[in-house]
Amino acid sequence: MAQRIDVKDVNIYYGDFLAVEGVSMTIEPRSVTAFIGPSGCGKSTFIRTLNRMHEVIPGAYVDGSVELEGVDLYGPDVDPVAVRRNIGMVFQRPNPFPTMSIRDNVLAGVKLNNRRISKSDADDLVESSLRGANLWNEVKDRLEKPGSGLSGGQQQRLCIARTIAVKPQVVLMDEPCSALDPISTLAIEDLIQELKKDYTIVIVTHNMQQAARVSDRTAFFNIAGTGKPGKLIEMDDTATIFSSPSEQATEDYVSGRFG
Amino acid sequence: MSTATMESTERTRALLTSSEPRRKSVDRLMTVLIWAAFVVAMIPLVSLLWTVLVNGSGRISIDFLTYSMRGIFGGDPSGGIYHAIMGTLIITGWAALISIPIGLLTAIYLVEYGRGALARSVTFFVDVMTGIPSIVAGLFVVALMTIFLGPGARFGIMGAIALSVLMIPVVVRSCEEMLKLVPNELREASYALGVPKWLTIVRVVLRTSVAGLTTGILLAVARVIGETAPLLVAVGITDSINLNAFEGRMTTLPVFIYRQYSQGPATCREDQLNCIVDISNQNAWGAALVLIVVVMLLNIAGRLVNRWFAPKLR
Amino acid sequence: MTTTDSPQPTATPKGPVSRATARRRRSGDTERGFSRVFRWIATGAGSLILATLAAVALFLLLRAWPAITASDEEISSAVGRYPEGTSLLEFIGPLIFGTLLAAVLALALATPVAMGIGLFISHYAPRRLAQVLGYLVDLLAAIPSVVYGLWGFLVLAPVVKPIWFWLGDNLGWFPLFAGDVSATGKSLATVSVVLAVMILPIITAVSREVFLQTPKLHEEAALALGATRWEMIRTAVLPFGRSGVISAAMLGLGRALGETMAVLMIISPGFLIYSLQILAGAQHQTIAAYIALDFAEATGLAVNALIATGLALFLITMAVNMIARAIVARRKEFSGAN
Repeated sequence: MAQRIDVKDVNIYYGDFLAVEGVSMTIEPRSVTAFIGPSGCGKSTFIRTLNRMHEVIPGAYVDGSVELEGVDLYGPDVDPVAVRRNIGMVFQRPNPFPTMSIRDNVLAGVKLNNRRISKSDADDLVESSLRGANLWNEVKDRLEKPGSGLSGGQQQRLCIARTIAVKPQVVLMDEPCSALDPISTLAIEDLIQELKKDYTIVIVTHNMQQAARVSDRTAFFNIAGTGKPGKLIEMDDTATIFSSPSEQATEDYVSGRFG
Repeated sequence: MSTATMESTERTRALLTSSEPRRKSVDRLMTVLIWAAFVVAMIPLVSLLWTVLVNGSGRISIDFLTYSMRGIFGGDPSGGIYHAIMGTLIITGWAALISIPIGLLTAIYLVEYGRGALARSVTFFVDVMTGIPSIVAGLFVVALMTIFLGPGARFGIMGAIALSVLMIPVVVRSCEEMLKLVPNELREASYALGVPKWLTIVRVVLRTSVAGLTTGILLAVARVIGETAPLLVAVGITDSINLNAFEGRMTTLPVFIYRQYSQGPATCREDQLNCIVDISNQNAWGAALVLIVVVMLLNIAGRLVNRWFAPKLR
Repeated sequence: MTTTDSPQPTATPKGPVSRATARRRRSGDTERGFSRVFRWIATGAGSLILATLAAVALFLLLRAWPAITASDEEISSAVGRYPEGTSLLEFIGPLIFGTLLAAVLALALATPVAMGIGLFISHYAPRRLAQVLGYLVDLLAAIPSVVYGLWGFLVLAPVVKPIWFWLGDNLGWFPLFAGDVSATGKSLATVSVVLAVMILPIITAVSREVFLQTPKLHEEAALALGATRWEMIRTAVLPFGRSGVISAAMLGLGRALGETMAVLMIISPGFLIYSLQILAGAQHQTIAAYIALDFAEATGLAVNALIATGLALFLITMAVNMIARAIVARRKEFSGAN
């Protein structure tokens, strides 16, 4: 299931504006990689280029290459729709479809791919996805109720269930806990630990403790000033980044001196 | 790269390029259909403007614009639309004179004072009023005025009142939007200087939004200047010039167009000079061209006023 | 309309008090007094609108009353169009039917196209062009209806006539396309096409607004699941905009019901029959076009009968518009709560 990502010399532009410059990194399968850095350093922009979601913004484009298991995501014969199906994404604010029930939310992605799924297969998939997102016990009695009736943390786990229901290779999480309370945050962090057995996980976070708790490797992004492009400063094992980073800027950031 | 085995690379490539032809073609089909919807809407617009231009431009001349239809019969091409232009200006002018104060004051009421059930029902019924069929507005004025003036009453001012019924809600709606754009800080700054509320509204709120209000009013005028049905019912038709809105029938451009259209072809004797068989259609197209030009100018002027003179609030 | 008479609730209890204070202040602080007067003027203007709407209903009813209460003999002898012994209802019924049929057909033609244009402007057109293209569609609303009438008869009717003949020849078994196809194209089908063009802009304007309001969050959620653009629209945009599109269609229906000139100038009218044969001539007439056709020559009870017909149109359009506006208003409350 899980696959590795190789990023080589990626520059990200919004029109003429260079937003992120010269990022190269390797993201290992079956691990959690965290992106940290001050606001506006381009970490959210960068994570969106890993499944071509940045293309939603008009004028945004990328040069360099992003390879999933050796296949360039930006290659000429690659379908962006297939990319997003194989590299799922969970967003900052929980976004279950308000007009759909919990069950339909989980099945939303699957129904796009394979319209004729039998009822029993669908039931199995809903249960396994919700169990995978640690949400089954809380919602199993109200699967037909709208997803918007859940709490924020439950909604976010529903979104994770919806993402893993399409069986992606990689799950990207863009600050998945920033809109949640501490208890829901813990639940999501536990879930991330479970998920990494099967998936490659990339998580953007503002919260350094969270990065230290959940991730195996950490990448630190920084920006020299407003209007300058964001850059990857260094990437290493999480323990190394938080104890003895090789760059001064990283040490300043993780020790709370700025950002 | 080097660590990725050939086999897993191939598997991934298959996943990422896996084009499901059905989904893709549905997507492409919908893109085509949605572009087609827009093109379909443009066909009547282009066809209509083009026909009016081609058929109308031949009839436009100084005489056409400065003569009335008085004493013009059959295929005589020496008539004009002067009486209709004046009638349009006078009736629309009166309608604007009635609608602008009422509409603007209502908008001020809704934005500056409106609270509670009265304001809610005014908002709701202004919206509902935008949907009154124009002919019903004409019938209303006739029903109202003939009670006082007798059954045969047909005056320009009756048409103006009918148009006001149609115009007021449009003025209210657009002025309300504009007044809402004025930031509250400006009002508070004025109160803090000890300026009373009514002066604040007149000097600060209205002055800040004057460009937007002008736009709204111009678009409202453009909307009613082409109205036919209420005037047909409430003002009647005449071939002569009548500049008095309180005495006798008047003709406006839209009513003139309908009148000419419904006359059909003229009968010309073979030896008859100065007789054109389809002169009434030509008159209709000529008047339609003048009317469309006026409406388009009002629309363009409205947009430009807002673009050029609107203060930058955000 | 009970709201018209009920004074503003906050003003009621302190009415006499505030009037007294205003009188006292007028000697010293006149500005305070004028602010109060200004408030009365503005409130008066707002109330005038409610009064106008009430007056429209009242005067139409007042002047329609003689026709409503007249006996069948009286009315059929006063109005030339009414055959011997026809009652007001027997005459108005087919007119209402014709009005509804034309408006519903126009709506059926216009709604899918308008939704397409709405999506085109909100999600498909290049962003820089979108506003200009939207303005072009709005121009359709600026064209006077009498010009649509001219164009509909002199340009459109000859173009669509072969299509109507084809439909009549090949699909004549279908009730709508049955009967003799009109040789002039002056049929309800042609009218519906023109009405559809006329109501396109309002439906487009409202639906494009609701499509643009679709939360980015939901659009991105769909895309991140591997949806194509159309699938994203189906999962996120259309469900979100459904009630908005419904009310937009209702507003369009209201417009189509009340349109006069385009119908009057195109249709070859037929009275007293309920007919589905939209390709045939002399089968239908709408209320608005009938009033415009006969009003100039009408006198006495005939005027009352026409006003009664107009009252029916007024009530129908008010009902349609109130439902549409109520849906819009409820929608606003919903999105405000989120």
